Amino acid sequence: MALTRDGPRSLGEAATGGTLRLAGYLLLGVMLMMFDHRNGWLPRLRGAAAMLVQPAWRLAATPGRLVEDARRQLASAAYLRRENARLRDNLLLANVRIARMQALVRQNRQLKRLLDAVQSLQMQGQLARVMDIDLDPFRRRMVINRGARQGVHVGQPVVDAHGVMGQVTEVLPDTAVVLLVTDPSSALPVVDARSGVRTLAYGAGRGDLLDLPDLPVTADVRVGDELLSSGLGGRFPAGFPVGRITALKPDASGSYLRAVARPLAHLDRSDHVLLLRDLAEPFGPPAPAPAAGPPAALLGPAAAGSAAHPAPALRHGAGA
Amino acid sequence: MMRLDGQRVLFYLSLALAVLLLLLPLPAALRPLRPWWPALVLVYWVLEAPGRVGLATAFLTGLAADLLAGTLLGDQALRLTVVVFLALRFRARLRFFPMTQQALALLLLLANDALLRWLIRVVSGVPLPPPLAWAAPLAGAALWPFVFLLLDALRARLRLREP
Repeated sequence: MALTRDGPRSLGEAATGGTLRLAGYLLLGVMLMMFDHRNGWLPRLRGAAAMLVQPAWRLAATPGRLVEDARRQLASAAYLRRENARLRDNLLLANVRIARMQALVRQNRQLKRLLDAVQSLQMQGQLARVMDIDLDPFRRRMVINRGARQGVHVGQPVVDAHGVMGQVTEVLPDTAVVLLVTDPSSALPVVDARSGVRTLAYGAGRGDLLDLPDLPVTADVRVGDELLSSGLGGRFPAGFPVGRITALKPDASGSYLRAVARPLAHLDRSDHVLLLRDLAEPFGPPAPAPAAGPPAALLGPAAAGSAAHPAPALRHGAGA
Repeated sequence: MMRLDGQRVLFYLSLALAVLLLLLPLPAALRPLRPWWPALVLVYWVLEAPGRVGLATAFLTGLAADLLAGTLLGDQALRLTVVVFLALRFRARLRFFPMTQQALALLLLLANDALLRWLIRVVSGVPLPPPLAWAAPLAGAALWPFVFLLLDALRARLRLREP
């Protein structure tokens, strides 16, 4: 039965008709790639196909989860006791540190009030679990089990206990894709914790490292320096540890220093991650003022209905 | 037509599994060597049941893989179509090769594909694969006998049960 169906197509037919159809499919593939590349179709299509993609992702993550569960089941009592003791120590240390920080926060708030600044460092987090699947193997991304329905949105920073991991780039109803800081398309504003030098840390893509390609030769940066997120750009809150500089050498032209840093976050080993909610106030220039047109009174009734920013117009009118 | 035929189920199941295997987590060191499962499975079906596999099947499988793995939409679809086209073209010869020679032919197919992948990535400006990724065709060819024998055994068992 099955054998008779095996050879319905003659060799000659496959050869002649095939080439034309191959050309057709190649054209289709190239067109799809162009549209996806230029218009970013893929995330939208994936959003539409979320009902299919999410169960597939969950299914693919099952083996990893089973292994993890089995490991947990089989962990010996001695191991658990040791881990418990270690965690307790860490908690104690962290509490002591928090207690010290509290005093600083209070002091900081008072100073801020004196300066009349409104920047706040308050933020909320949301725990998420990393789903154990590999996406495109040549990029650095991960999938977490929280999505739009849990309030995740594109651009949210993701951190673990040790440092900045990346940011959310794609949101499905119950899952989200996080671009790690080591992905080649990631750039993160950082500041040297020791000297205060500001620069950008790009993902090196290879070997899970960060690349700092454009430091001035005179910049006060040394191997071993810790990098913190600088908060410039307003996407990542300031002051989170990002990486530690491991190598420093002049670039090919000799006019810049090129540093390589190792990220502090455990990008490969993190199980749970924290999605940060409230961003710190963005640093930098204030939002551009709305375009100042002629006073509303001069525009007549046509503008009265469509005035998008009545307040500035009024102020303008009062000044004139 | 809509009769639940064992071989058809095996066909779709093997394709779905191949696409899911693309997402299976591997240690970071082995990641560039990840074999391209859909190509192996599709080539098997081309050799054994060419009536089932056409360029459209390859294209759709690739599209599903793109959608799940987040590669450029159309990337894997195009490459799988090329692999299946070449396999269909040389099917008469490939079928009667001994296993080692078949694996060698697959190595060539996958090496050709690695070149195509590199080309697509250069043109679209996506980060390039690490140098180790050039060895991935070797992994694929090394796995070919196992894929072939496993699927063949499953199919033979189904055929025994069916008539």
